Amino acid sequence: MKFLCVECDQQMAFGERQLPGDGTLAATFKCPKCGRVVAMLTNPMETQLVSSLGVEIGGRTVPAEPFEMVRTFVTDGQPALSAAKGPDGQTGTPHWSVDAQERLARVPSFVRGMVKKIYADYAKERGITEITPTIMDTARAELGLEGM
Amino acid sequence: MRTYHQLTDPDRSGLADQIGAQRKRVAERLAGVRRIVAVMSGKGGVGKSYVTAHLARGLARGGRTVGVLDADLNGPTIPGLLQVPHTAQPPAIGLDGVKCISMGHFLDAGAPLAFRGPTAESFVWRGAMEASALREFLGDVEWGSLDILVLDLPPGMQRYIELCDILGNPPPVLTVTIPTPESRDAVRRAMRAAVERGSELLGIVENMVGGELKGSAGDELAQEFATPVLARIPWHPTDVVWDQVALLMSHAPHTTHHAP
Repeated sequence: MKFLCVECDQQMAFGERQLPGDGTLAATFKCPKCGRVVAMLTNPMETQLVSSLGVEIGGRTVPAEPFEMVRTFVTDGQPALSAAKGPDGQTGTPHWSVDAQERLARVPSFVRGMVKKIYADYAKERGITEITPTIMDTARAELGLEGM
Repeated sequence: MRTYHQLTDPDRSGLADQIGAQRKRVAERLAGVRRIVAVMSGKGGVGKSYVTAHLARGLARGGRTVGVLDADLNGPTIPGLLQVPHTAQPPAIGLDGVKCISMGHFLDAGAPLAFRGPTAESFVWRGAMEASALREFLGDVEWGSLDILVLDLPPGMQRYIELCDILGNPPPVLTVTIPTPESRDAVRRAMRAAVERGSELLGIVENMVGGELKGSAGDELAQEFATPVLARIPWHPTDVVWDQVALLMSHAPHTTHHAP
């Protein structure tokens, strides 16, 4: 996969890779001539497809561990995408109410994953089991996330 | 606007190099394996895993170091057939000292194979996940020195094709059928695909012979593909039968065939 700055007719250089933790991936590329930076944002399915090949966008920095893919992705009988249970038996991942999901859907897709993680982390840190629009408002005010 | 191949700077991700490293890892790991045999059949329920496990045990009793790779990721049965503890780390040591790797090592008892990931349109990536799991089974197990590695393939041809791609060379195949015409027809397709890919046919094992299942699939396929029927396995075979099968398999001629 290569990126071309059409204006400069220059191959862009890989910058950095971010994994927000919601299945999406962000990778930046910079034009060495004009300095323009673009970000490639993949949705969870696209990210999964690349992961399923056992390769990493941006290159590997360390060799693959034995059974890395199997140990990472096989669910060993637990429900897919489940989170570890805490001592009180509650899962660590808060539930999103329908209203909150609708509101989240209105967030621009290229930052939606990061925004979702911010709200989820906020809820988990405070032991909140369900994220509602009210919780989102509170978090937005406390964290200074106006516009999200 | 220039195209991909006109951009001469290397791709920083080096995806092709990463794939190449995966292949190299498999080749290095299998360097200590003298012989690889894929047990296959186009038909389900003919006893591939049963034949694989007992063939492996027969070979081991004959003094060979044997490993079994359970490539049936969705229905792993080798750990049970070799009586390997569920918690054993691969390669686990089973009956008669046969080593094995299976998806069963990574799943809770009775749990279906499931991958973490987006559930919508999961068919897009699930096949690639399974192929990667097979690659890791081939490249990450420290077999040590093996006289023979027996691969237990699931019904159908998908895993065989993945195996050919990962190994770089089509493995010799041992075909399992039951006597029925239905099995003959399904197995014929698999054998043709194997021949077209360039696999050597080591022979045919006709399983479940002498009972209610009627037909002569073994003989018909043997004649059609010019390959021997190595064994006809009765219901409730003894170890003696399997030892004979192992001996025959060890001496099976390697020939190159052309699809009929």
